[in-house]
Amino acid sequence: MSQEPLRIRGVTRSFPGQGRAGPTLALQPTDLTVAPGEFVAILGPSGCGKSTLLRIVAGLDRPTAGTVHLGPREVTGPGPDRGMVFQSYTLFPWLSVADNIRYGLVERGVKPAEQQEILARFLARTGLRGFENHWPRQLSGGMQQRTALARALANDPEILLLDEPFGALDHQTRELMQELLLEIWQADRKTVLFVTHDIDEAIFLANRVVVMSARPGRIKAEVKVDLPYPREWTVKTTPEFGALKARLMGEIREEVRRAAAS
Amino acid sequence: MMRPLQPVGAGARILLGTAFFAAFLGLWAAVSYGGVVPALFLASPGRTLASGWALLAEYGFAFDIGVTVWRVVGGFLLAALVAVPLGLLMGAFKPVEAFFEPFLSFARYLPASAFIPLLILWAGVGEAQKLAVIVIGSVFQLVIMVAVIAGGTRRDLVEAAYTLGSRPLSILRRVVIPAAAPQVAEALRLVLGWAWTYVIVAELVGASSGIGHMIMDSQRLLDTGQMIFGIVTIGVIGLVTDLLFKAANRKLFPWAAL
Ligand SMILES: Nc1ncnc2c1ncn2[C@@H]1O[C@H](COP(=O)(O)OP(=O)(O)OP(=O)(O)O)[C@@H](O)[C@H]1O
Ligand SMILES: [Mg+2]
Repeated sequence: MSQEPLRIRGVTRSFPGQGRAGPTLALQPTDLTVAPGEFVAILGPSGCGKSTLLRIVAGLDRPTAGTVHLGPREVTGPGPDRGMVFQSYTLFPWLSVADNIRYGLVERGVKPAEQQEILARFLARTGLRGFENHWPRQLSGGMQQRTALARALANDPEILLLDEPFGALDHQTRELMQELLLEIWQADRKTVLFVTHDIDEAIFLANRVVVMSARPGRIKAEVKVDLPYPREWTVKTTPEFGALKARLMGEIREEVRRAAAS
Repeated sequence: MMRPLQPVGAGARILLGTAFFAAFLGLWAAVSYGGVVPALFLASPGRTLASGWALLAEYGFAFDIGVTVWRVVGGFLLAALVAVPLGLLMGAFKPVEAFFEPFLSFARYLPASAFIPLLILWAGVGEAQKLAVIVIGSVFQLVIMVAVIAGGTRRDLVEAAYTLGSRPLSILRRVVIPAAAPQVAEALRLVLGWAWTYVIVAELVGASSGIGHMIMDSQRLLDTGQMIFGIVTIGVIGLVTDLLFKAANRKLFPWAAL
């Protein structure tokens, strides 16, 4: 699919209160543009509205005010042009790994031969060859998220939305997954909007990091990551990486303290 | 040592399950052979078996069993045919639920047995009346159970399907239905058990064949052996169908098993 810029303009979201509690303002008016082929990480403390923003871009939630455009089209609902990987495990438990990856292809009516070819490609890229006939419950968390990534990529979306996809994984698996994602992204430069609260992860992967404030969320800082691609894990030990990390830690600490105080 | 939630081995499971049957049989034998309860009220296991043999050999009890099984299966299938699709639609589409739910909540409290006199008036004492009792007894409960199951479909799976390009109808077909299927099968297994209760009630009143009819006839002759044999027959058939159902579910939904 050709790639188009993503434009988020004045997106606001408040949730109506339940019972005696007043409404919750989750997201203050937010503007963000993601250029085609860019890898943008959204970094922020827990509860600042990162998931809310991503769900609005996916079309799974509607903004209270503001608009989201992908290219010329306004986002009004979910669609296969915006692939998503969720923080929770969302493979279909009744489908094998292969059928999970093929889910969107079947939906689009892709010919079986072509489905098979796409499936083989993404099984290989995500290191899942040999597991195509497993049920999701037979996979480790890391493998489940790799399958979810393959499932989203197989649909060839214009933009990939990743909501803390590695958040539930242990540290080592997480680093392997980051390298895998980076490899895939370096190979075909698909536009990515990546939510995380892990500073290292954000710097290692992204070419731009957007820092959000504590709730109600707004974008408080943007940091360009000028580390050259292709990146290796060794980049994490360079002084440039350390400087970026120190800067982002400063930004984030303040917000985490504010989030804890409120 | 027993620990909470620790699984039990297959061998031990069968042994324990059989042990209770043995204990039950032992108690029955002790009470009846020991003369604690007069034979008029409680036939001994041996007497029950002999009555059962006579029933099968001389009175064509096999035909009665066949008739009752046919009614149960017929009524159950009719109920399932209506309840499962309706329940799935209700669970998936909230306006459909809002339309049917209040009436169903009322209807499911209507006691099926109380309908028997009315049904005899409407449909006579034929097969239609027997099936109607079973359908009335199970269909409303089943619709509500299926609706709750379908309504409990994991939201995140539905959302994942949307981001993969599914439209509402394909969400129903490719997410809601497969996600609900194992639990719906469990609900069907449960309801089949109830269908057995209703069929016997229907056969106790105004029937000329069936296990319930035989039990009623035996009461007139004060033959507790035949009555007990009839009841045990129902239990055995229930146990066997239950095992078959469970085996089928495991085979059909291997992804859900542990
Ligand atoms: N459906 C909802 N109804 C009411 N409030 C909600 C709802 N969804 C989110 N919120 C509120 O909006 C705020 C932002 O939530 P969101 O899930 O976007 O945070 P987040 O940044 O993704 O947090 P985390 O890092 O913990 O996932 C939270 O305070 C949350 O309580
Ligand atoms: Mg979140």
